[in-house]
Amino acid sequence: MKPVLFYIMAAVILICSVLTVTSTRILRAAVYLLFVLIATSGVYFLMDYNFLAASQLTLYAGGIIVLIIFSVMLTSSAGERQAPVGKFKASLSALAVAVGALCCLNTFLAYQAFPARTLALDSTVKSIGTALVSMGENGYMLPFEVISLLLLAAMIAAIIIARRDIES
Amino acid sequence: MFQDIPLAHVIIVSTLMFFIGVYGFMTRKNLFAILMSTELVLNAVALNFVAFNYYLYPDKMQGLFFALFIIGIAAAEAAVAIAIIVAIYKNFQSVNVEEVSQMKN
Repeated sequence: MKPVLFYIMAAVILICSVLTVTSTRILRAAVYLLFVLIATSGVYFLMDYNFLAASQLTLYAGGIIVLIIFSVMLTSSAGERQAPVGKFKASLSALAVAVGALCCLNTFLAYQAFPARTLALDSTVKSIGTALVSMGENGYMLPFEVISLLLLAAMIAAIIIARRDIES
Repeated sequence: MFQDIPLAHVIIVSTLMFFIGVYGFMTRKNLFAILMSTELVLNAVALNFVAFNYYLYPDKMQGLFFALFIIGIAAAEAAVAIAIIVAIYKNFQSVNVEEVSQMKN
């Protein structure tokens, strides 16, 4: 059952990614991006990373997409269409991207010597919480504190940039 | 079991998602569309980290934490980027990158 579900998710991810970057309506592109993020969180659920999948759903699919959709609605009308990309530019970009993807996949698929590991998966919320606040080996105290500072700085920066009367 | 799926298939999905995001980054003119392409790229990288964590070191949590921090940083990045885009819209009445060229020349 899980492989079938994974291939369905993979198809949703790929089709909706293409639609995200090609749709001429920005609001629809945002909704396609929402489908991509939800399908990715579904893949995390299939891998039994439940906490990560839940944060992906709430932060990415819930928070960021709502923010993007609100700002798109503030800056353009709902039915507004973007001018389509020129054929020459589109085909040139597609060529460059295809070459890059082929190089990456070629390098990766040539390397088949990954050892098969069948250890027990360690991803309970308790062990994640313990690792986040412990120091030393397998502790993530420093990045946790640094990202809290980063989020505070980003919040202040967003407020200051979005204010109109900065000079007064 | 999920492990019946070879690692290569997950990596193919995330590679294609990454490069589709790069394609959007190169062709889009609307600032919001460019931001969405960046989110696609970040999402593909997070999926990559989680896949390697799951298949190669399931008893450790490095990839999981990398993905968690990527999600947090993507949230901060999106907040600042949207603030900048809204400020640009106030000054230029447009979110098209070709019309925002005051600092050129």
